[in-house]
Parts: sequence; C-alpha cells; structure tokens
Amino acid sequence: MNRRLFAAHSALLLIVASITGKAVLADPVDDSLQIDGTEIITRAPAPEGLPFDQVLSGWLFREAETRATEADSFANPGMLAVERGAEIWNTVEGTMGKSCASCHQDAAKTMKDVGAHYPKWDAASGKPLNVELRINKCRVDNMGAEPYKFDDPNQLALTSYIKHQSLGTPVGIDLSQGQMQSWWDRGKELYYTRTGQLNLACASCHEGATGKYIRADHLSQGQVNGFPTYRFNTAGMVSLHNRFRGCIRDTRAEMPAAFSDELMALEVYVTWRGTGLSVETPSVRQ
Amino acid sequence: MKRALAATIVAALMSAGAARSEDAPPQDVKIADMAVKASLTGTPGSPEEGAKTLANRSLGNCLACHAVQALSDEQFHGNVGPPLDGVADRWSVEQLRAIVVDSKQALNDESMMPGFYTLNVGKNVRKNLVGKTILTAQQVEDVVAYLATLKE
Repeated sequence: MNRRLFAAHSALLLIVASITGKAVLADPVDDSLQIDGTEIITRAPAPEGLPFDQVLSGWLFREAETRATEADSFANPGMLAVERGAEIWNTVEGTMGKSCASCHQDAAKTMKDVGAHYPKWDAASGKPLNVELRINKCRVDNMGAEPYKFDDPNQLALTSYIKHQSLGTPVGIDLSQGQMQSWWDRGKELYYTRTGQLNLACASCHEGATGKYIRADHLSQGQVNGFPTYRFNTAGMVSLHNRFRGCIRDTRAEMPAAFSDELMALEVYVTWRGTGLSVETPSVRQ
Repeated sequence: MKRALAATIVAALMSAGAARSEDAPPQDVKIADMAVKASLTGTPGSPEEGAKTLANRSLGNCLACHAVQALSDEQFHGNVGPPLDGVADRWSVEQLRAIVVDSKQALNDESMMPGFYTLNVGKNVRKNLVGKTILTAQQVEDVVAYLATLKE
C-alpha cells in the first residue's frame, strides 16, 4: 500500500469511528509492513500453548502516524541509534586494542539473523544471555573493556545495531539448549504472577485485555520483537528491560533489577511468545 | 479554647487522606453475598467528591478502564471494564461498595480490577505502599455515592 493510500485508509477509519462512536480502532489494523523493501511479518501463527490463534506485532496496535514512521527508515528516529551502533562496532576500546569489527568484521554478514535467536544459552555463564549481556561478556573477555552499565546510550545503540542486522527475520529461540526450558518455565510463572498494589500480571493486560484501551493506550500483546524501540513519549530508545521495569513499576510494585535472573527468565518466555514475528528493531512506538 | 479549636482543625486537615480511627480497617471489611452492608466510615459519601476521586489519575483512575458519559469532559475513557453508565440500575449500593473494595472477592478472582480497600494485593508491593490501600475508606464511600447516581 503506498503512503497516500495508507493515509486515506487511516482517515476513513477515523471518520467511521467518529460516526459510529464505537471503538472501530480497537482492533489491530489490517495492514502490512515493509521496511526498505524487507517484508516484516506482523502476524504469525501462535506457538502451541498460547491462548491466541495469532501472535501480533505491537505495530498493528499503533496509530497511523506511528506506523508510518516505522515503515520509513529515513523518518524513523531509532535509525540514529543504529547508525551510532555502527560507529561503536568499528571503534577500538579496551586494553586488547580491539573493536567488535576486529574479530567479527562486517556485521551485515557476521551478525545477520543473530539477534533473532537471542536470548541464547551460555554454558560458561550457566544462564541465558541476551544481546546486551553478550556484548558485555565480549567486552570484558575479549576486549579488556568495561562492561556497559544498564541503559548506557552506547549499550542501547550497539544492541540496536546488532538486532537491526536481523530486520525481517522471524524470532525463534532454542529452548533445547542447556537449562533454557527451566528459565522459560520460570518466566511463564512470572508472566502470570500478579504484582503490586494494583495486583496486575503481564497477562492481565497483554493476554486478557489485548485490543482494549487503558485510557488512551491501546493494549497490544506486549511482544518484544521490536526492542530496543524508539518511543515518542520519551523521545529516545527504550531497552526491553527498561520497559519490563516500567510496566512492573506501574503495578505499584518494587522493580526487579535489569538483567536479574527474574527479568532474564521473563525475557526468555516473552520472546518465545513472539515466535515467528519478524525482528523490527528499531521499532517505533508511542 | 480558640487555640484548641484551631489545633483540632489543623490536625483534621493533616489527617485528611489518612485512615481515621472510626474507619473500618480493610482487614475487618467482610464481603458476604457480593455485598458490604455497612458504610466503611459512618459518614455519608459525597457524590461530588466521588466523581473527582473516580476521575483522578492518582486516586481511583477508574476512567482508565471504564467509560462514564456524565464525565465526557474528561479525556480518554478506557474500555477494559464495562461502561459505568447505569451501573446503579445493575447493582445495589452494598454491591457497588463490595466491588470497589475488592472485586476479586466480590466478583471473581480473575477480575482485573484492583481492590481499592483491601490488603489482598499482588506480590512485591512497593515498599512505601505496604499495608496501605489505594483509596481511603471515605474515598470509597464517596465513589460509591457517585456510582449510586449513575442510573439510566
């Protein structure tokens, strides 16, 4: 669908919504997404065990303007983080005088599709690593550099750059490695555990109330295939663990630490819930 | 005498929003047959105050999930829960009180609605909120008084 037709389609929906007064926009939109000629899978058959027929990208739940911004990589402000990530990739740091590129050469080739399969079991650490932790391990073990602190802008940029090399690739993690299954189990338990004074679980909003509105916020399935994501409301990149913590905070609960075992288990489980959706990094959300 | 009166007023103002000694503590509020029979405070609720508490995002924030036509000046009513228009035709005051106090006990355990005057809450409650309810007893009475006006 070209941009003008797309805008007209959205305007029509708004008119219909205002005439009927019904929540016409409450359902995910019937639209398709291409970014720089790459087809993005925004609907996929749900993995067995989920109460949905389809898993749906959060892109389908956003307003026309937000969707259009993600569809156009020149307009997408998240691409600035990706570009910054490319610079970091080629910058020598640490006592061993190496950059990422010293060992991994051209990320377009060596990192292609890699991010789509994270978190991954790491036998040496005895736990799953996400891209952020994998970068930190590489920095410490192979570069003699300091690990990034949580949400360091360089961590966000380099993670975005690496994930972006999987743009369009379906998410799929390997639960057969190491103890991945037990981390998945723990993550599932957390997903359904209600927290905080407001007594809400992830599932309360993102499973039980998908498609509904909380105030002006259209509840999606809470998929994570687009992280790190550019958010208009903070005008910057947001990491997955930042988003997890924000959601938990909003239930009026204490927030688990970023990259804690709890949140790593949740990342394993929630990533699995989006199996088959394309990586969209950097996605654009409200 | 005048000074004592002033001190009393100041004390009353300072304790506004905090639990008062005559309020039923949340753990003593019994929900039976989907109803809480007695007022939580003995003081009649104010529908005007109730409407404010209901709309206020840091208090009831009820509009996050429920639409109320009478409050259409307020932006962005959610639809996670049913609209509250006509809610007083569907429920008695005692039932409305029970639902606001703890919908998981009053309706069903899967209800998404937070309990506004209960300590049956989720895990890992933020430290400064442990042992505290979302609304005070009087705020609940005010909200219930407002809901009781929503007839069709």
